[in-house]
Amino acid sequence: MKDIAGWALNTASLRGASYSDARIGDERSRALSTKNGKVGSASDSESRGIGVRVIADGAWGYAASDDLNRDAVQDTAARAVEIAKASSRVKQHDIQLAPEAPVTAEWATPIQIDPFTTSVEQNIDLLLKIDSEVRSVAGVTLAEANMNFHREEQWFVSSEGANIHQTKYTTGVGYAAYAFAGSEIQKRSYPNSYGGQWQNKGYELVAELKLVENARRVGEEAVALLKAEQCPEGVFNIILDGSQLGLQIHESVGHPIELDRVLGMEANFAGTSFLTLEKLRKLRYGSDLVNIVADARQEHGPGLGTFGFDDEGVPAQCTPIITHGLFTGYLSSRETAHTIGANRSGGTLRAESWNRLPIIRMTNISVLPGDKPLTREQLIASTESGIYMETNRSWSIDDKRYNFQFGCEAGWEIRNGKRIRMLKNSSYSGITTEFWSSMDAICSREEWVLWGTPHCGKGQPQQVMGTGHGASPARFRNVKVGSAYKGN
Amino acid sequence: MLNKETAGDIFDRIIKHSTADEIEVLFYGGKSALTRFANNTIHQNVAERNYGVSVRTAFGGKTARATTNKFDDESLRRVVQASENLARVQHPDGDLLPLPGNAALEGGRATPATPSRHFEQTAAMTPEQRADAVKEIVGVASRHRLTTAGIFSTAESIEGVFNSRGLAQWHTQTSSDISITMLAGDSSGWQKANSPDVAQLDAVKLSETAAAKALRSANPREIQPGKYTVILEPAAVLDIVGFMFFDFGGLSVLDQRSFLNNRVGTKLFGENINIWDDVAHPQQSGAPFDGEGVRRQRVQLVENGVVKRLVYARATAEKMKQSEHKNKVGLIEVTGHGFPVPNEMGEAPVNIVFGTPPQSNTVEEMVTGTERGILVTRLWYIREVDPYEKILTGMTRDGTFLIEKGKIAEGLLNFRFNQSLIHMLSNVEELGTAVRASGEESFDMVVPAMKVREFNFTEVTKF
Repeated sequence: MKDIAGWALNTASLRGASYSDARIGDERSRALSTKNGKVGSASDSESRGIGVRVIADGAWGYAASDDLNRDAVQDTAARAVEIAKASSRVKQHDIQLAPEAPVTAEWATPIQIDPFTTSVEQNIDLLLKIDSEVRSVAGVTLAEANMNFHREEQWFVSSEGANIHQTKYTTGVGYAAYAFAGSEIQKRSYPNSYGGQWQNKGYELVAELKLVENARRVGEEAVALLKAEQCPEGVFNIILDGSQLGLQIHESVGHPIELDRVLGMEANFAGTSFLTLEKLRKLRYGSDLVNIVADARQEHGPGLGTFGFDDEGVPAQCTPIITHGLFTGYLSSRETAHTIGANRSGGTLRAESWNRLPIIRMTNISVLPGDKPLTREQLIASTESGIYMETNRSWSIDDKRYNFQFGCEAGWEIRNGKRIRMLKNSSYSGITTEFWSSMDAICSREEWVLWGTPHCGKGQPQQVMGTGHGASPARFRNVKVGSAYKGN
Repeated sequence: MLNKETAGDIFDRIIKHSTADEIEVLFYGGKSALTRFANNTIHQNVAERNYGVSVRTAFGGKTARATTNKFDDESLRRVVQASENLARVQHPDGDLLPLPGNAALEGGRATPATPSRHFEQTAAMTPEQRADAVKEIVGVASRHRLTTAGIFSTAESIEGVFNSRGLAQWHTQTSSDISITMLAGDSSGWQKANSPDVAQLDAVKLSETAAAKALRSANPREIQPGKYTVILEPAAVLDIVGFMFFDFGGLSVLDQRSFLNNRVGTKLFGENINIWDDVAHPQQSGAPFDGEGVRRQRVQLVENGVVKRLVYARATAEKMKQSEHKNKVGLIEVTGHGFPVPNEMGEAPVNIVFGTPPQSNTVEEMVTGTERGILVTRLWYIREVDPYEKILTGMTRDGTFLIEKGKIAEGLLNFRFNQSLIHMLSNVEELGTAVRASGEESFDMVVPAMKVREFNFTEVTKF
């Protein structure tokens, strides 16, 4: 593969590129699903190709091809240079990359069981067993379960001398129960909504999640929601479970700290950010308990944002984002690092696949657990009144990442430290900094889970990326609840 | 460019590797390029070539799919084997149908002819031509002392379906998109257009309109959220109504996850709402066949506010005919809207065309006739809050204006809405001429601007 990349880099150099890199990707996926006792879909896919990124005449060009023959690779590199020269017709200044020492390295996701060595029969049998348990509950009208494996092998070679070979594995698994009656449809999911839990792990993840053991409860809760009380509207203390808090981090911290958004590079599609540059190390983002990091290192855990090197050859790092409530860091790249006075990229440039240009993406953006031992049940027990909400159902936030609204699958009213009744259609909304400033308790390490968000969309052409979000349940005071249903 | 003849040769090579009872091969891919600009600079500029085959094998009631973008013999052998290995281990499904044969006869009636959607000028666009167009857009921004961001993309793509029962469907088309955001200090404006024919896109006109919106919404004022009369431009209409069309798939009703459960045949929307799925409409796009190669029919989904019909893949139509719902969902027939098999979603209409009333109004005329209301350019981050009442939430963006006494008075801070689509389409007071529109939340459609009473804004944001 290094030879193939070499053809691209040599051609780019001969055509006038001042910098070039080539990523060759070879990917394989398995996707299985069941629905109401039958296999819903069963597919296996593979994809291979090369993407060549160059700077010529001070501007970027990128070209990708599925053809790895020598002539095609050289044509692809030449096309990247042609595109860069066209880019230079509309530029304000030349691209400058923060320095990065080139390395030769091998890295692979540490896995215990290669998921592709497990049999399809075994995979489907497990999904059908879950399906059967869920549908054993009277009132469940639809059961869906899914299992997904992905392996991405990548060779990154740059004109500066980098030569990096990485192999990443991802596993995702989950299920949902639906109940339709009268004029409403309710849903419960496990371990999380939108495909369950996803991590950079092997098949061992499937075994860890107690999928069958929870299936009946999930079905029962879906049916129980039909008869539950409507979540009230008003201002309440709320406790969010870790998976919902993970998505809250994703939308109201992860996206606004992307430096390309801050600099206006995503203004047409994904939007910009309220976190303008002068706010760095000055803005109070949250309460003193809020400590959030962007950590791509393996020691943070097997998140979807864990890797050895990003897609421009920068090693995985940990960047403090919010430190005791103070805003302290952005997600940066070699091109953008200088705008925040950094002399090195934060290592967050990633592409969906070989055919996409790498852009700034979240790594694992995680809230650190509380120092004092505190379980979820202890947190609920210490709450006089409020609402506990679990598992995301809907999410929306404005294009500067300031006003948000989330709906959750299930809620429970808390009174005098106890869950007294189930609530349906729970939702809450707020303003990002006001919300994080209202956090007054967060559970400790034993409740902390590194959740996966597998389908984050960004960029044009749009790219889908997996991100990680470590979180434990936390409490927020005086939050606006229930306005999603107001007036309809 | 992969053509039908070459695809036929590849299909012949694939079929030799198969031991399955039946085999189907989908071809997909093409060449695409996208020039992206921000801060009045081209900051990303990409091109891609990628083709693939997706092989479905079937043994009795068992089927599965495998996909590759490698066309050498060993890769084709491996993709067939992967598909067969996945299929063989499954439990037989009695609902699985044999592959379709002569697709033109599926559905039992003739299918509409579709116009050519391939334009050489679009396919031949160069990076230099796109850059020059961006230069013009930046020129408009500079003249108005604005900053611009957006894209100019062009593509040439293929779709094909071949199967062992002799079906061979092929579609080639081009596409082009321009999307422009103009940014001022505290305001912004946006426009987007797309067409198979790049000559139909006017970058300067779009730029001027986006710039005018940015300038006119400067110093936006905050007004209280609540129920307002709104005028939604076509892009805003398509982005919100797009969230209901998966529910018009027959399998969605069979699965009881559709807001049309027990509602087909009822008057759910206002008298002035008529909706078709029509792949042959001159302003529509896409292939005239579905994921199994079945020709798409023209289907009227909503007639004078009454939900008339659902769309069906072959297997769903058979299931629906046997189901408890068969007498309450209208006409049940194969309509050519299925996704590639196997899948969990069944089918959906994807070539939506709204009816234009005999007396349609322009957005300007709607504004003139509005005592107090809000003009919305674009909606953003729309998500479903309640699947049966079809309550959606989202934000306004890039040009939200207060209308007073028939005139645009000033720009407004953006709102969050929580709005039932059923209520919204029951409260449409005026419709414009349906036009091809393009947004970011839903697929492209032919939709009109709409004036809607009692649109429900629940919060206002800080910008």
